[in-house]
Amino acid sequence: MSEALVEVKNLKKHFTLEHDFFGRPTTVLKAVDGVSFQIKKGEAFGLVGESGCGKTTIGKMLVNLYTPTDGQIVFEGTDLTKLSPAKRREFCKDIQLIFQDPYASLNPRMTIGDIIAEPIKINNLLPKDQIEKRVTYLLNCVGLANHQRNRYPHEFSGGQRQRVGIARALAVQPKLIVCDEPVSALDVSIQAQVLNLLDELKEEFGLTYLFIAHGLNVVKHISDRVGVMYLGNLVEIAPKQELYENPLHPYTQALLSAIPSVDPTKRKQRIILSGDVPSPINPPDGCRFCSRCFKKFDGCESENPVLREVSPGHFVACRLWQEK
Amino acid sequence: MTEMNEEKAIQSQTEVLEKPESQVKEMWEALLENKAAVVGLVIIAFLVLVAIFGPLMMPYDPNASNMGQSFQWPSAEHLFGTDQLGRDIFSRIIAGARISLSVGLAAVLISLTIGVVLGSIAGYKGGWADTVIMRIMDMMLAIPSILLAIAFMAALGKGIDKAVIAIGLVSIPEYARIVRGCILSVKENDYVQAARVIGNRSGRIIFRHILPNVLSSIVVRATLGISTAVLDTAALGFLGLGVQPPQAEWGDMLGRARGFIFTAPYTLIFPGIAITITVLAFNLLGDGLRDALDPKSRKK
Repeated sequence: MSEALVEVKNLKKHFTLEHDFFGRPTTVLKAVDGVSFQIKKGEAFGLVGESGCGKTTIGKMLVNLYTPTDGQIVFEGTDLTKLSPAKRREFCKDIQLIFQDPYASLNPRMTIGDIIAEPIKINNLLPKDQIEKRVTYLLNCVGLANHQRNRYPHEFSGGQRQRVGIARALAVQPKLIVCDEPVSALDVSIQAQVLNLLDELKEEFGLTYLFIAHGLNVVKHISDRVGVMYLGNLVEIAPKQELYENPLHPYTQALLSAIPSVDPTKRKQRIILSGDVPSPINPPDGCRFCSRCFKKFDGCESENPVLREVSPGHFVACRLWQEK
Repeated sequence: MTEMNEEKAIQSQTEVLEKPESQVKEMWEALLENKAAVVGLVIIAFLVLVAIFGPLMMPYDPNASNMGQSFQWPSAEHLFGTDQLGRDIFSRIIAGARISLSVGLAAVLISLTIGVVLGSIAGYKGGWADTVIMRIMDMMLAIPSILLAIAFMAALGKGIDKAVIAIGLVSIPEYARIVRGCILSVKENDYVQAARVIGNRSGRIIFRHILPNVLSSIVVRATLGISTAVLDTAALGFLGLGVQPPQAEWGDMLGRARGFIFTAPYTLIFPGIAITITVLAFNLLGDGLRDALDPKSRKK
């Protein structure tokens, strides 16, 4: 848990929605707009934020589904954004993705055995005769029975399918797994099972996770450190304990107050944010959160604060903490 | 010691491994459950047999004219009657089966191959490749297909082989559009993205992950396309552009007999029925295939 496995520097992804007559972009959606963080080896880094804040886009840039508009992704010392497509593909086996929707992420025409074996075959990781055994092993790892390998995805439940997706991600022995809301499409009872499975696999294989979720409660279970995103920007990064006990950014405070409490005596004041998330097409100048912030003061509308370390390991991008 | 136990555990598991069911076999069984498809299949099998063994079944030479026997009503001697030149219509319909079926298959094969390739490139690559390919397809679609086929025939010359090429080329846009549309709808699926995440190349993604998932629509369209091709051949024949006389072809028979529709209706009815039955059979089979090829509707 020392050196950074992956470091993201000022990462940007802008989607051009409209061009003018000369092909110049006129409407640009800034899904991710200058995000920097690092994930240490063996760590689970949680990334939270509401829908559309760009967290999935970050995940997809890491696994080569999107090409970043600007910025760097440094993986074990190599900047992935500078590589040729063929070279970039070689890093596929180091960074894998677990999808949000287990119903859409498995090819309906392949048996689950084939689905899990495919990444091994494509990357030539094992001789042909050993693939079978490896698939058996992987199936056992994720809690599926070997005799199910010739079945098709539609014969499985959501939780089982997600296990297949996990086994597929594990098949290439990746170093980093991007979990893109892996449990949000599942029943609450199954969520816990899958989260526990992910936790166990992390220990067993020494994995590093980028865990994307839209609620802090799921992330609490699995992450070591948590980053909070709002409208394409990271607003706060802190170790889990610190973030839950001492949230500094007003948005984080509002998010935390929204977690339902099981203990009625501990009901806390909920912070209700007014208004909607501004469109990422024309984000406010200044602080992205200022239009909804309940602690807004003079100057928030014109100056976008940068992440700043206010206590060891605790970064926040808010002008409330900028002066101290 | 523990290792050996594990080995054994794996072995015993392999023994209870469910027998891998062949997808083709599964599909075949599902197809046989569909009564309409079975009817279509039986008719097609019958037509194929007629096409292959036709010469053995013909009571007369289909091309030999006998003016003294012209316009005979159907009788025991001439099952379907005789035409204006005294040729036995029954024999001519049997002879026509071979032409109609082979033209249908060959034309579909031409348009399918080119259409799938063009549609895949347009759908998967997008951008300017998509624009160029699809605009050319639009241009072809703007002209009525039979008119375009006639134009191709004018350029290529007369003859049934030219007709096959003309009909094949004319229906390329339909396949290209279907394939492109299917690929567009499947391309954004998570499992296609997953295929990219694990390091697949574009070609493999198209052939292994996308096309198998759009295969049902393509196969269904191709089966229905055979019936369209049969119909188009008949239309070209009707216009006198298909086969060269005296060779027998259903559309050509219809075309030549249309002047006698009131005096000798049997000269039109039987070739018409032959075309209808063939087209219907391929349509029934196409519909059945659509259901059978979808694993979700296969297993309830």
